[in-house]
Amino acid sequence: LAPWVPVVGLEIHAQISSNSKLFSGSQVQFAAPPNSLVSFFDASLPGTLPVLNRRCVEAAVMTGLALNCSINKKSLFDRKHYFYADLPAGYQITQQRVPIAVNGSLSYSLCIDNKMSQMVTKTVRIKQIQLEQDSGKSLHDDTRSQTLVDLNRAGVGLMEVVMEPDMCCGEEAAAAVRELQLILQTLGSSQAVMAEGQLRVDANVSVHHPGEPYGVRTEVKNINSMRFLAKAVDYEIQRQIEELESGGTILNETRAFDSKLGCTVPMRDKEGKQDYRFMPEPNLPPLILYDAKSLPANMNHQQVVNIDWIHERLPDLPRVKRARLVERYGILPEHSFTLLNEDGLSEFFENVVKQTQMKPKKVIGWILQDMLSYLKQHSLPVKESPVSSSRLADLLNLLEKKEISSSAAKQVLAELWKGEGKTPLEIVKEKKLELIQDQKELEQICQAVIDGQENEVIMMVLG
Amino acid sequence: QTVTVEVLDHLERLALVDFRDSEGVERLQKAIRFADQLHEVNTDGVEPMDSVLEDRCLYLREDDVTEGNCTNTLLNNAREKVEEYFVAPPGNIPLPKLEERETFLQGS
Repeated sequence: LAPWVPVVGLEIHAQISSNSKLFSGSQVQFAAPPNSLVSFFDASLPGTLPVLNRRCVEAAVMTGLALNCSINKKSLFDRKHYFYADLPAGYQITQQRVPIAVNGSLSYSLCIDNKMSQMVTKTVRIKQIQLEQDSGKSLHDDTRSQTLVDLNRAGVGLMEVVMEPDMCCGEEAAAAVRELQLILQTLGSSQAVMAEGQLRVDANVSVHHPGEPYGVRTEVKNINSMRFLAKAVDYEIQRQIEELESGGTILNETRAFDSKLGCTVPMRDKEGKQDYRFMPEPNLPPLILYDAKSLPANMNHQQVVNIDWIHERLPDLPRVKRARLVERYGILPEHSFTLLNEDGLSEFFENVVKQTQMKPKKVIGWILQDMLSYLKQHSLPVKESPVSSSRLADLLNLLEKKEISSSAAKQVLAELWKGEGKTPLEIVKEKKLELIQDQKELEQICQAVIDGQENEVIMMVLG
Repeated sequence: QTVTVEVLDHLERLALVDFRDSEGVERLQKAIRFADQLHEVNTDGVEPMDSVLEDRCLYLREDDVTEGNCTNTLLNNAREKVEEYFVAPPGNIPLPKLEERETFLQGS
């Protein structure tokens, strides 16, 4: 059987972290009373007009720069028309012709064979980033055969990040999205929490034989978590291969991932290929961005978005932070990944290192094995850890000074995790875990043991 | 040329317009002929204009919350509501196919 080459591209929608919406002044907030965060424009009442939110533009520029994109100094807004109850205007304002950023790249890392010890770096090309409006939310009430519509989300700013089909499986797709999520969170341009719908991923999947043209692709939607992303993509690849190998064909359709069944199903409400009748948004002039060179002299600087100014203020991206951790502390690359994967863990690690004589290469084990597993057991984020970095540092100092053994240290850590507020030293004294340094005392103990086991000693002496 | 029945059906489906009768279709034809006059202008080397606003500055608003919180006002416009939600049919109800709906387009 000829091998199959799966091809996976992604369209990722990230909600912009801003106070107000993309084109109106209503608030952006998760889980508010229905229709309480809706302006007349969001409800598409006649006579209302879009007014662009500066913060959303900055968020998109930051993200474009972090993804090595070219920022288009002139970008345009368009209308994408389709009917749906949660889209009151009957169209979405997006950037179809000339988006704000194009031609970037994202590097991400994968473990080979599921072993953390071997990591490989891959790159996916970023086709473009565009600004667009989010739609409202539909709640389907099948019993009463109706849909309830909440427009709180309608008009919230989105950055759509389009990744070229450079990925080949669920694992790569999940790793790329994970890295994008970390970048967005580092920039602050999006909080990118998938569970709150701030990061939504649609996958485009197809398969073909090497050397042959690309196969028909399907779009997979309704993927609600990173775990399901890998599953959904891999399922769809398998489904397409099985379909083609049994002589079937792949339809260019949209499918939804059913997380309960672990499979993709054709989506309802699909009336054939959509014709969105794109047209320029007549109410918005082109969006012009400036840099240090093109900055006009007399312009009101509240009206100016300066690409260079934003570039200078970009925070260190995850990739840079990891490299620095490895270089500064001599830890392994895969350690740096785990440190950055857990919110606050790298700061915790660095704080411990600062307060202890123990070498970072030894400290890292206590962080990644002991502390992290306790955090997971108790389902706590780092910032709610009952053991502070200074407490842990105190404990590690006792170990480093050989006042306690390694196994005693683990016992103390378990005690500390009870959160009773005792210091490591107090626990050591309470449980008499100190290592005995006195030679005479040690001799006395050994002698007592030997004296108590006369028979065994005779056996040993006799050979 | 005339606009085909397929295109008319497609437009009725996409935009939910109803050409209603031959007069409606003729009005469309006239509008197209009128707009086609634009082709008589030589636009070689001229960048297309898509908005008369192209030289205007796109005003950027500060990221402040200034609107919203008017649930009752908005819901007053709704024919049907449940608690504070708008009510809509369970899904899009697509226009029936050409053969299945009453439209003069069938006769064409």
